[in-house]
Amino acid sequence: MSGRAIHLDARVPLGPIEKLWDQARFEMKLVNPANKRKHTILVVGSGLAGASAAATLGELGYNVKCFCFQDSPRRAHSIAAQGGINAAKNYHSDGDSVFRLFYDTVKGGDFRSREANVYRLAQISVNIIDQCVAQGVPFAREYGGTLANRSFGGAQVSRTFYARGQTGQQLLLGAYQALERQVHEGRVQMFPRTEMLDLVVIDGHARGIVTRNLVTGQIESHMGDAVVLGTGGYGNVYYLATNAKGSNCTAIWRAHKRGALFANPCFTQIHPTCIPVSGDYQSKLTLMSESLRNDGRIWVPLKAHDRRPPNQIPEAERDYYLERRYPSFGNLVPRDVASRNAKAVCDEGRGVGETGLGVYLDFSDAIQRLGADVIAERYGNLFEMYQRITDEDPYQAPMRIYPAIHYTMGGLWVDYYLMSTIPGLFVIGEANFSDHGANRLGASALMQGLSDGYFILPYTVGDYIAKTKLEKTDTSAAEFRTAEAGVRELTKKLLSIRGHQTVDAFHRQLGKIVWDYCGMSRTGAGLNEAIGKIRELRSEYWRDVNVPGSADDLNQSLEKAGRVADFFELAELMCIDALNREESCGGHFREEYQTPDGEAQRSDETCAYVSAWEYGAERPELHREPLSFEYVHPSQRSYK
Amino acid sequence: MRLILQVWRQKGAKAPGKMTRYEAADVNPDMSMLELLDVVNEGLILKGEEPIAFEHDCREGICGSCGFMINGVAHGPLPATTVCQLSMRHFKDGQELYIEPWRARAFPVIKDLVVDRGAFDRIIAAGGYVSVPTGSPPDGNTILVPKENADRAMDAAACIGCGACVAACPNASAALFTGAKIAHLGLLPQGQPERNQRALKMVRQFNAEGFGSCSNIGECEAACPKEISLEVIARMNRDFIGASFEKR
Repeated sequence: MSGRAIHLDARVPLGPIEKLWDQARFEMKLVNPANKRKHTILVVGSGLAGASAAATLGELGYNVKCFCFQDSPRRAHSIAAQGGINAAKNYHSDGDSVFRLFYDTVKGGDFRSREANVYRLAQISVNIIDQCVAQGVPFAREYGGTLANRSFGGAQVSRTFYARGQTGQQLLLGAYQALERQVHEGRVQMFPRTEMLDLVVIDGHARGIVTRNLVTGQIESHMGDAVVLGTGGYGNVYYLATNAKGSNCTAIWRAHKRGALFANPCFTQIHPTCIPVSGDYQSKLTLMSESLRNDGRIWVPLKAHDRRPPNQIPEAERDYYLERRYPSFGNLVPRDVASRNAKAVCDEGRGVGETGLGVYLDFSDAIQRLGADVIAERYGNLFEMYQRITDEDPYQAPMRIYPAIHYTMGGLWVDYYLMSTIPGLFVIGEANFSDHGANRLGASALMQGLSDGYFILPYTVGDYIAKTKLEKTDTSAAEFRTAEAGVRELTKKLLSIRGHQTVDAFHRQLGKIVWDYCGMSRTGAGLNEAIGKIRELRSEYWRDVNVPGSADDLNQSLEKAGRVADFFELAELMCIDALNREESCGGHFREEYQTPDGEAQRSDETCAYVSAWEYGAERPELHREPLSFEYVHPSQRSYK
Repeated sequence: MRLILQVWRQKGAKAPGKMTRYEAADVNPDMSMLELLDVVNEGLILKGEEPIAFEHDCREGICGSCGFMINGVAHGPLPATTVCQLSMRHFKDGQELYIEPWRARAFPVIKDLVVDRGAFDRIIAAGGYVSVPTGSPPDGNTILVPKENADRAMDAAACIGCGACVAACPNASAALFTGAKIAHLGLLPQGQPERNQRALKMVRQFNAEGFGSCSNIGECEAACPKEISLEVIARMNRDFIGASFEKR
């Protein structure tokens, strides 16, 4: 550890919220255009945040190196986002505004996000759409040629822009193409199949990274004037998640171990509409866009253990539990609420399907009302995907869905300038904690990734570079050598154990512990138990894992082994954080803290803060960033 | 169910490869092809052997990482489906599956079923974009796009860059991949200023990478998991020829 005192200063400018970003930009120092190419910026990750940042920084004239573990930057997991991207364009005059998007996001996040950051996100949302349209992103259009919108994720205005069910793909390809243009111009050097395995801090500043070439196994050092992490979330700690198989926490976790505080690790989002688990071999869960909830009705049998097929259960013996409990929002309640209710009915023995872990999402009313054609036009690709996986036809029988881990709101702590507690280390997109509080609203992850990458980071990195005098150094510095040696040592250790269990077998067990005790609902006693179990399993991992092959070529088992080692440590911190947060808010539901009718009970008096954890091998240390709400008054969320 | 797998094993780019036989018992028909390989690999690791290397990431058919030949067909027998979503119920009990990497000069094998598709990135880098800086472009609705054109552009833009088109083509041509990007951008008003130059640059790059020429066989369209139409190749040719004349 650095041994320095940590000041959690969010550096939010003073003034009226709508002026803050303008003011901050004006106050920033600029880097002389002629000097930009002398500054190297390392961007790790090439999803929406990383690719848009690398492309923009390259275009501004910096010398950029961009790294991704996939074979091409176009494969980053942003590509799998389906539903859409929000922007406060108010194209429909339905009452939307920057302030309303800001308000919805702060409220949706259950008052655990930083107001200034969220306001800026809402402001920038409109620029993102314009930027992406100019790039040729094929957004859906109305017959008159204007951009089409839909309402999404419980929003009461139509502010979601989309490209069929592949919005993430199209936005990512836009950013990827912009990135490749810079690669062609020689301003960005791309390092695919390269994984960051350590952060190098010199004199308190982030100065570089150590990577492993995943094809040759070579360990390499890269030096820069700033390091940007856009490496995504850590949902795969649960093993079964909607994340891509390669998504991992290694970059942010190793930066955390070098001194970057980790904020709100227990804030994880569970998405209500995924295809249920079907067997032990299952490697991931598939998300169905929550736009399905616009027309599908969610129900379970009224009686427990009712094994009849759905079409034989008469209307009177069905429980449309969301419509019953939340008459005004019905099936469109936010993700956390919908997920928790699904778990509750399954816990009562009313779940459906072979495993009893599922609820019905039924389109028969919508098909009757609108016709199968209209439903096919809206959801055809999703119905097809469902049928491909389950071999069941949702036009004939209701879909079965169950919640799954989808997104992590927690991440490395950053200030208003997206800089972590290590000067020169910036964190963008899902990898940081900043904008979604305790729960993320639909269609806002893409918005945040692109807002950070295109429109915020390129300014704030420049400000840091202009204001900071960095000592001359190179990759032969002792700090680089030490970090490289550490990476080699870890690799050697993993390959030398040759135990009796595979990495995946351990990962599955870890995932089950975290899901059972730190998933949709949590208790103090359960979390304490989980911490013990995680420690036990972790020590077994280091005794008994079997990582075959060598360090000198493509070794996918070795890649996984390093990532799972980090998931073990992060899982423990998640439980510690969940234990510490004695309230229920957003995705964090502590059973001890609920209202008499079973809704999440926040405690604004004691818990209105960001928990930011400092790494400690034995025990992490908690730092708090207090949150104040001047524009959106905290209220109990009600969707009744 | 039980399946016999004949899998291409190759230690590295320079090493010789060969088919190796594996038996998979107790196959669950709901498993995906990749989950079957996971199970085989778990067994290999516990026996002290190296698992089969194969590329994968999202496992929901959108990232384009996965793909290999199954019995000579790119992504296997099911139309419009990548191997990550191909479930075992489409095979017969006891069936023998020959699994091989994409084969093309421009896609050298890295290990087992993993090939290097970097050539695709270089084709995009040569011109597969609209050259617009990050900044303050005009309001999105100042550029009107007829719905039909937006839909057709989206059809082409759905390409996931998996490489099945190249693997399926007897000439190992990248025409469908290149044409898809040219058609996507060429169908939109934003793509017009650079339309001809884009075709010229991208086609030149695709030739330089060692892909073969298109001879209108149509295997690519049949293999494409996103059902990209051959029409994109016609658009590519039109733009390319237009640009070639323009040069004179």
